[in-house]
Amino acid sequence: MTAVAFPGRTVEVATARRPHRHVNIPLIAGLTLLLLIVLAAICAPLLTHWDPIHQDLLHAREAPGSPGHLLGTDQLGRDVLSRLLYGARIDLRVGVLAVLSPFVIGTLLGLVSGWFGGWLDTLIMRIVDVVVAFPFFVLVIALVFALGAGTSSIYLAITMVGWVAYCRIVRGAVLVAKEQEYALAARASGLPTWRILFRHLLPNVVLQAIVYSMSDIVLTILAIVTLGYLGLGVPPPTPDWGSMIEDGQQFLLTQWYLATIPGIAVVITGFALALIADGLVEQFGRR
Amino acid sequence: MSALLEVHDLSVDIPLRHGRLHAVRGVSLRVEAGEAIGVVGESGSGKTIMLRALLGLLPQPARIIGGSILLDGVEVTGMPAGRRHAALTEAVSMVFQDSLTALNPVMRVGEQIAEVPRHRLGMSRTAAHARAVELMDSVGIPEPERRYRAYPHELSGGMRQRIGIAIALSTQPRLILADEPTTALDVTIQAQVLDVLDTLRGEQQLGLVLVSHDLAVISQTCSRIYVMYAGRVVESGGAWALLGHPRHPYTYALLQSVPDPDAPVHRLLTIPGQPPDLTALPTGCPFAPRCAFAKTACTQEDPPLVPVTVTGEAAQLSACLRWDTAAHWPQWSEPSETDEPKLGATS
Repeated sequence: MTAVAFPGRTVEVATARRPHRHVNIPLIAGLTLLLLIVLAAICAPLLTHWDPIHQDLLHAREAPGSPGHLLGTDQLGRDVLSRLLYGARIDLRVGVLAVLSPFVIGTLLGLVSGWFGGWLDTLIMRIVDVVVAFPFFVLVIALVFALGAGTSSIYLAITMVGWVAYCRIVRGAVLVAKEQEYALAARASGLPTWRILFRHLLPNVVLQAIVYSMSDIVLTILAIVTLGYLGLGVPPPTPDWGSMIEDGQQFLLTQWYLATIPGIAVVITGFALALIADGLVEQFGRR
Repeated sequence: MSALLEVHDLSVDIPLRHGRLHAVRGVSLRVEAGEAIGVVGESGSGKTIMLRALLGLLPQPARIIGGSILLDGVEVTGMPAGRRHAALTEAVSMVFQDSLTALNPVMRVGEQIAEVPRHRLGMSRTAAHARAVELMDSVGIPEPERRYRAYPHELSGGMRQRIGIAIALSTQPRLILADEPTTALDVTIQAQVLDVLDTLRGEQQLGLVLVSHDLAVISQTCSRIYVMYAGRVVESGGAWALLGHPRHPYTYALLQSVPDPDAPVHRLLTIPGQPPDLTALPTGCPFAPRCAFAKTACTQEDPPLVPVTVTGEAAQLSACLRWDTAAHWPQWSEPSETDEPKLGATS
């Protein structure tokens, strides 16, 4: 593994370690599954000719497999499959977008907090403590309630509550990384602070935040579903999995599939994201 | 003419919950341009903290509580933090012990070398690239163009340490502080890395402060040596004078504990006991409890550094009350039975 250099001449003994190329099953499986879900959502108009909000009361609550309706119809005669597919569009988009802003805000604040320390760190961490003191759902529901139902309130509420997790994760990683010699070396070479932060520290700490964001997307979709279930989510008649579960639950004893099918969709999406998170750790985790 | 770096009476404290840890206690040293000095001492003697204090990179919550650092005769300790940082980073660079952790694992090594030229010295992208390749060449990295794109974990320890030196050089420093730069390397690579440092020192008139616990490494490279114990300098002087005629029992004991391959019976001599607790130093000489030659006077007051002999060019200083008895200390080439109880032998 060593390269022995004699003056003027070099005897080289394989210096480059071969990157281990084993197949990362969780990552591939998770990405494939998520890709399928996303494709299904994008291609919704091709996969079903039903309008998700078209009502047909004569054919309400038909069982899955009935002619024309692969997954049946709900209590208003709307096609469950098309509602599921169009619902995925809403839930995935809101889920990803609602994770993006807390991710960015939390990571930046965590970076600053961990690096500079002192009163700034104390201030940010006290705010984090206050937010963490409330249960996630209670706070999100209260905020959405205060801001009024709708997608923009969901974004705002989840951002206001969600950033603290990223902030804590990144701050912890920065506290470790900044005492590493490469961070000392960067400081010793007099590089501007912003460059040390973004070029040296961020790439080394951001992985943990990314891994967390995968499970956070699941949590966020769950929050959106919960809000939808409580009537604080995406306003009807726009399809989303949460409101589908809510609508279906009153028929749980007769048409159990109305609430179960969107529930399974949530579980599968969560499973795909969890697989990706596992795969990422395996791929980029400690060398 | 003033020296490149002068340190007077530098003291660093680390406030802890159960008291103050006196990590560095009144260290003075001097480095001229083109000169290599060595700082020796065992783990916990304050070597690393002192180096980090020189660069203003002390870990929280350590503080410089006294003394001054002069760069080209200009006092930097009193400057506002921003200007001090600028002045120090411009003139001084550091080479670290573990080259794997000293390099950013997710950045190509070439980019790490080119970074300072590009972003602090204001070179163009291509000029910075060329500069990095040139630096890699000057520290003896074969095929620098190809290695530019390597990540740290793809290189061997010796190559990585050369990269570390190239990064240190990229700021165009006049002084390099090297903290155990060869400890993580095996002996043949050690010699090569020391050789690189020594060549650069000669060619570019760099000042070099080499910190190590390895007397062999220090004696190979440095013209003057400072021996640190319990946060202070206990002996200093020209390398050969100091190693040939130690005037402090600690230096003497260090030399004793270097294994001698020519000795007919191979016995590894060790210094008994532990270095003192720096939060609660005993009165008197901190080495007295472990010293084979200590007398009651040694436990009364901490002896000052006094000139002992002037052999050749550099004055030799020792912080020992009984330095004048050194001539009667058992010669270290023939370990006698008399010193065994205190400078004990462990098989």
